[in-house]
Amino acid sequence: MLEIRGLECVRGDHRLFTGLKFSLQGGELLYLRGSNGSGKTSLLRTVCGLLEPAEGEVLWKGRNVRSQRDEFNAELTYLGHLNGVKGELTAFENLQLGGALSGLAVSEDDIYQALERIGLGGREDLPTQVLSQGQKRRVALAGLLLSQASLWVLDEPFSALDVGAVDQLAKLIEAHLQKGGMAMFTTHQAVDIRAGAVSEVNLDALDS
Amino acid sequence: MTDGVTQGGLFAAWRAMLVRDLTLAMRRRADVLTSLFFFVIVVSLFPLGVSPEMAVLRGIAPGVIWVAALLATMLSLGRMFADDHQDGSLEQTLLLPHPLSVLVLAKVLAHWLVSGLPLVLLSPLLGMQLGLEGEAIGLLMLTLLLGTPVLSLIGATGAALTLGVRGGGVLVSLLVLPLYIPVLIFGTGAVDAGISGMDYEGHLSLLGAFLVMALLTTPLATAAALRISVE
Repeated sequence: MLEIRGLECVRGDHRLFTGLKFSLQGGELLYLRGSNGSGKTSLLRTVCGLLEPAEGEVLWKGRNVRSQRDEFNAELTYLGHLNGVKGELTAFENLQLGGALSGLAVSEDDIYQALERIGLGGREDLPTQVLSQGQKRRVALAGLLLSQASLWVLDEPFSALDVGAVDQLAKLIEAHLQKGGMAMFTTHQAVDIRAGAVSEVNLDALDS
Repeated sequence: MTDGVTQGGLFAAWRAMLVRDLTLAMRRRADVLTSLFFFVIVVSLFPLGVSPEMAVLRGIAPGVIWVAALLATMLSLGRMFADDHQDGSLEQTLLLPHPLSVLVLAKVLAHWLVSGLPLVLLSPLLGMQLGLEGEAIGLLMLTLLLGTPVLSLIGATGAALTLGVRGGGVLVSLLVLPLYIPVLIFGTGAVDAGISGMDYEGHLSLLGAFLVMALLTTPLATAAALRISVE
């Protein structure tokens, strides 16, 4: 499904990694490891198509993602360092407009349920700018609950979350994998996720 | 498992983008009102600074109002993409399964409804203040109606190009103001021609042509600039 071939990433004059290759099938989980500055975020952004690779290509179902951006985006959910949550809008409005933007048929009940499940029950109608950092993160995670994408690309998804939320997110990823989805993420925390197949890419171990 | 994208999803997304930006503008009314007051105040300074003589004011009125409209539009360009860029919504927008240039058009329309259309609606009052009469006021409104969308469209490209650049506000003026010159020339030209009883249809046709050209080309340029801005 997702295949990375001979990927090279350059930021400024610095080559982060080169000749990187791996593939990801339905139900598989990929841990991305590496020290600070090793290029984890750059790799994830390249996979999503936000960054252009210096060399190599990212293939989705055998075709370069750049030649099928809309089809690929329809199956992709990306959660970056920034939550992409609008502070002036309420959690409910954020999810409602987010759903409409990605072309999902999301009902109001679905949204209330997602917010309830993620622990934001009773705070649906507050502007998200008055929420705490962790709560804003949870609004973004509620988006994952509603997402029907098959590929989840998560950059440090566990940051700013409390223990309970970390567990919940781990379960969410497990459920996604069991349904045949794919996920790749970076984290500095030890998280226990059971999946059909777990692979690991360590950017520090590549020679650049 | 991913057949969640419904038919007509592009239109729904377009509308959602428009609704989102309009809602945000309503919740941040102070920002919107600032550029409108700027427009009113700049125009009102001219009778004080130049001359209170109606004959003099009438001569410069179209130019003054048009230049003030350009500057007021410049002031409001900053917020078109900057907040989205800062809070990560822009990344998410780039990853939507829809053509970016179409979504850009929704954002530009929202910007025009909030910052361009009020200028058109305020212009008769300011025109009267500067001694313009019936037909000239109608013509002024018409040129602004055709011209301000062009300002928003070109401005969007400038705003996208300067995203994340320090001192972007000043840079965007340097980039965009020269491109506004044709709109300014034919906008004021039409009103001046109308006042002196000459034919002004040519000016209006050209303004219309600018609008069509800008509608066709600037969303693509803006989309490309936005993709570069997140790299």
